Parts: sequence; C-alpha cells; structure tokens
Amino acid sequence: MTMQEVLTAVLMVSGALFMLVAALGVLRMPDLFLRMSASTKASSFGSGLILLAAAAHFAEIGVTSRVVATIVYLLLTTPIAAHMLSRAGYFVGVKLSDRTVIDELAHQYDLRTHRLASRTPTTSVGETDTVSPES
Amino acid sequence: MTVTDLALYGVMPILALAMMLAFVRLLRGPSLPDRVVAVDLLTALSIGVIATYAIATEQTALLDVAIVLALVSFLGTVAFAYYIERTV
Repeated sequence: MTMQEVLTAVLMVSGALFMLVAALGVLRMPDLFLRMSASTKASSFGSGLILLAAAAHFAEIGVTSRVVATIVYLLLTTPIAAHMLSRAGYFVGVKLSDRTVIDELAHQYDLRTHRLASRTPTTSVGETDTVSPES
Repeated sequence: MTVTDLALYGVMPILALAMMLAFVRLLRGPSLPDRVVAVDLLTALSIGVIATYAIATEQTALLDVAIVLALVSFLGTVAFAYYIERTV
C-alpha cells in the first residue's frame, strides 16, 4: 500500500461522489437554473478529480500533460456552455421554481435584438414602483 | 489487491448510478434545455468513466478518448444553445 495508490483511490472516490451529487442535483432540483447550477460546478470538479486520479496512478509525463490539458479545457468551456444554455432557456421562457423570490432579469431583455438593457423596469412592467428614488 | 483496485469496485457503481439518475432527467425533463443539461452531465460522467476505465485496464490511450469527448461535448452544448435561442 504505497502513497501513490492511496492518493489515486482518494481522488477517484471523491471525484465519483461529486459526480453523484451532480446527478442527484440534476434529478431533484426544481428548476432549470438550479439544475444547471448543481450539474455544472460539481460535474466539472468531479471529472477533474477523476482525471487527476489517472495522472497520479500512471505518473508519466505524457499522461499528466494530457490530464492537465483536459482539466484546463473543461474549466474553460463548462461555464461558457452553461451560460449560453441558461441564457437560451431564459429566452424560451422556462418556468422558474414556485419558491423563486425575485427575478431580477424580468423585462431587462429586448426580445427582438436579444440584447440586455441596463434600465430599471419602471414603465414597461406596469407595476407600482415602491422603491423610493435614491437622493 | 491494492487500494486502487478496491476503490474501483466502489467508483464504477457510483458512476453508473449517477448515469442512471441523469438518464431519468433526460427522459422526464419538461423542456428541451433540461434535456440538454442531462446530456451535458452524461458526457461529463462518460469522461469520468473513461478515466476510471483507463486506470482499471492500465491503458493510457483511453485518455485521448476523454479529451475528444470533452471537445465534442462543448461543441454539442453550444450548438444546442444556439438552436434553442434561435427558435424564439
């Protein structure tokens, strides 16, 4: 029982547990955005840990460089993909959870140009503005 | 039998269970973005399974498959997101 085997086992098991947490979140969360929040972070962390376990197991320069390249690529692309998908889901009009307190993006998107406007939703919403203007 | 071999008996069933849970969301997902999230998670799980299998069979060439799967998964998710946003 060397240190290398123990390190490999610990990294592999913890990575698999993170993956299981991600899958549980995708199954159990009430909302598209909450599901995405659960799956994106936990799954990229979990697969990164399992890849690090492979690097620790083989302990070769070729394997380690490939593992590092894969992890960097995953950490770069996963947030981009999640952001694009959640933005598309928001445009399609995916229902938010019943327990959502506030949707701060409501009426901030121009639906024709798909651009985000930085204006306060005062007149376009049609609801009374209870917040007093800051002096 | 080393500690790594013992851990493989635990890791593979955990990943298989996670894959089954993701498949349930893929079948049930009320909207298309939900299913795309499930597919994205399935490819991430496949990367984990491939890395674990590379450890189990001592085949370093399998890690190249994980790299290619990561590349294709990103392209697929971005294409789905673009397509979904074009539909409105």
